[in-house]
Amino acid sequence: MASLKKRAIDVYGWFEQRLGLGTPAIDAATHEVPSSTSSWWYVFGSAATVILVLQVVTGILLALVYAPTAGHAWTSLEFLDHNVRLGWYLRAMHGWGSDFMVAIVLIHMVQVFLFGAYKFPRELTWIVGVFLLLLTLGMAFTGQVLRFDQDAYWGLGIGASILSRVPFIGGSLVDLMLGGPIIGGPTLSRFFALHVFVIPVILLALVGLHLVMVLRLGINEWPMPGRLVNKKTYVQDYHKLTEKTGIPFVPDAAWKDAVFAAAILLAIMACAFWFGPFGPTGQPDPTIIQTAPKPDFAFLWIYAVLAYLPPSLETPLLFIAPILIIAAMLLLPLLSGEGEKHWSRRPVAVLMVAVIAVTLGAFTRLAMSTPWSPVMDAWTSDAIPAADLKDRTPLEREGALVLQNKQCRNCHSIGGAGGMRGPALDSVASRMTEDQIIRQVLQGGGNMPAYGNALNPAQTTALVHFLLTLRGGNLTPAIDASRQIVQSSEQPPTPSRPATPGAH
Amino acid sequence: METDGIKSSEPLPPGHPSGAAEPTPNPNSSGHSRRVFLFKLSLILNGAVGAILAVPIIGYLLGPALKKNSSDNSWIELGPFRAFPEGETRLVNFRNPVTTEWDGQTGDIPCWVRRISGENFQVFAINCAHLGCPVRWFAQSKLFLCPCHGGAYYEDGSRASGPPERGLFEYPHKIVAGTLMISAGKMPTLAAGNCAKPPLTQIQPNPAPTLADTEESKLVDPSKPGANSWPA
Repeated sequence: MASLKKRAIDVYGWFEQRLGLGTPAIDAATHEVPSSTSSWWYVFGSAATVILVLQVVTGILLALVYAPTAGHAWTSLEFLDHNVRLGWYLRAMHGWGSDFMVAIVLIHMVQVFLFGAYKFPRELTWIVGVFLLLLTLGMAFTGQVLRFDQDAYWGLGIGASILSRVPFIGGSLVDLMLGGPIIGGPTLSRFFALHVFVIPVILLALVGLHLVMVLRLGINEWPMPGRLVNKKTYVQDYHKLTEKTGIPFVPDAAWKDAVFAAAILLAIMACAFWFGPFGPTGQPDPTIIQTAPKPDFAFLWIYAVLAYLPPSLETPLLFIAPILIIAAMLLLPLLSGEGEKHWSRRPVAVLMVAVIAVTLGAFTRLAMSTPWSPVMDAWTSDAIPAADLKDRTPLEREGALVLQNKQCRNCHSIGGAGGMRGPALDSVASRMTEDQIIRQVLQGGGNMPAYGNALNPAQTTALVHFLLTLRGGNLTPAIDASRQIVQSSEQPPTPSRPATPGAH
Repeated sequence: METDGIKSSEPLPPGHPSGAAEPTPNPNSSGHSRRVFLFKLSLILNGAVGAILAVPIIGYLLGPALKKNSSDNSWIELGPFRAFPEGETRLVNFRNPVTTEWDGQTGDIPCWVRRISGENFQVFAINCAHLGCPVRWFAQSKLFLCPCHGGAYYEDGSRASGPPERGLFEYPHKIVAGTLMISAGKMPTLAAGNCAKPPLTQIQPNPAPTLADTEESKLVDPSKPGANSWPA
């Protein structure tokens, strides 16, 4: 036994003599870190690295089967799901790994921001991290394209439409993105090259740089309120702290990283097992237009923002906002490289994180229900509640039919069913008078199309009569106050004045 | 450093003159400056080769953008124009004139053909003018609706409501020997020059009243639908 151990040491020594990698690697692993950094708050960066390894491995395994051509990509995914043993599970792990990756990278970023870790001397580490975030999102988007289904196809259409709005060079950018006149074979090939070669190479190189800098500059110590960062004294103070409270990173601090990384891997495996792979949704056939394309989770908030922006603001905001946001993230450590690190003394930072998180969460939530989109089949699938048809005149019931047939329900809900693009009609007659309803239906306005061309007089009359019965139970019908004044002024009490004709 | 293990453990090759015999290179000697000069020259040489190498690489990369826009578009037959019922809007699929063999289904492009009357046609692209999602035609309400962000267009393609800033993209069309043809080939976007740009609001003078038109309501406001906004 002892001789076996000695032989193993000899083999190691043979390699170490020629490679010389073991000693520096062990030194790096066991380097002293302040004991305060051994915290469950400091585990996200290493977890992201572990997920990266998972993504590389599962990605290579998927590439063994995936066919990166527009004509076959979708079929090869179906083949992976149904004909390749455990192909579905590998796809699921790669997909869930990508969602976890984006989430962990964002959490890591928030932690680093709130702990002031981006301040001197770790400014460049943060800046490289910003690029890592952008590359991670780039991987998420290009990965969604490789899942070449309906969502991917129309997602590319959205991307091309956005690029086409760039002033002057928009057309050229669209050509570069698509690689041809339409979304097709060359488009998928270039996204494959981006997802598999270009972005991963840059990503891995920057991760290496990021890690080298963490090793060189030391892990950010646990911030204390009032302990300000000063460029003149910080490095010295940090070394003193490390000397005083130092513990070897491996094993004293690293076990928490390892436990968390294992938990995250288990979570990805569990999600992949229970929820399965993402899509593919329908085939990438543009002639199938019965589709409501949606981006993947990480980009849902952008989808929602694009629905809510006023048209005139959209193009400028689309191109100015990302530049400002990225510039702000890059400049952050350069502009506030010194001073307080602790979150309790940085209320603006905490508030910013809270506001951004709530904003992104709210937009993501909205994009999951897409209240701005017409419900395309509501007019044939959602019946008018029986209570709204009870004891109605034939004309009013005819109006209910018109409401249904003219697809009003696609945008307007009654009884909670139907689109949410326009206001619910349950109590419309308590808000609008007959004249107002007629005008709104025929001329539209306020984000409603005009139906003057789609309704004949009989249909209009019936529709309006039905709408006038919708008073949310039994609310008072809306009245035109001015008409009452006019009518009352026409009453006899003031016979001396000549009756004014109705203003309308 | 840790890498000096090999040097110390392995003997020097025999016959190698040890330290003292070797003339120490003088940094100021002419030999040194010649080597520095040659090194700089090699840098310039590599820079020049790199620049030449970059030409084909960048040219290859920019290839799709350097192509002339017009070369992608050609006239495609959509079938005999009499097959389209008057006053109706129909979905028609065509094979894009420029495709690769491996494009698969993505080379099949749909479009909306509206026969107003006689030889009077409008051919709309499927792509919403907002962000390119596929619009759907609803004959009953005479609207095109977009599933993505709720853009809506009237039957003549003009914008009705929602985020689009303009009407639907239109393919140029003509009728040759009874066949409806459109000029297509490039995905319609705001930057693509192939799509006729209809004005945001079109007032149709009602040239020849068709059967469908006579059924239209007398109640219709003569002013442009949607032009009046509802006072808040």
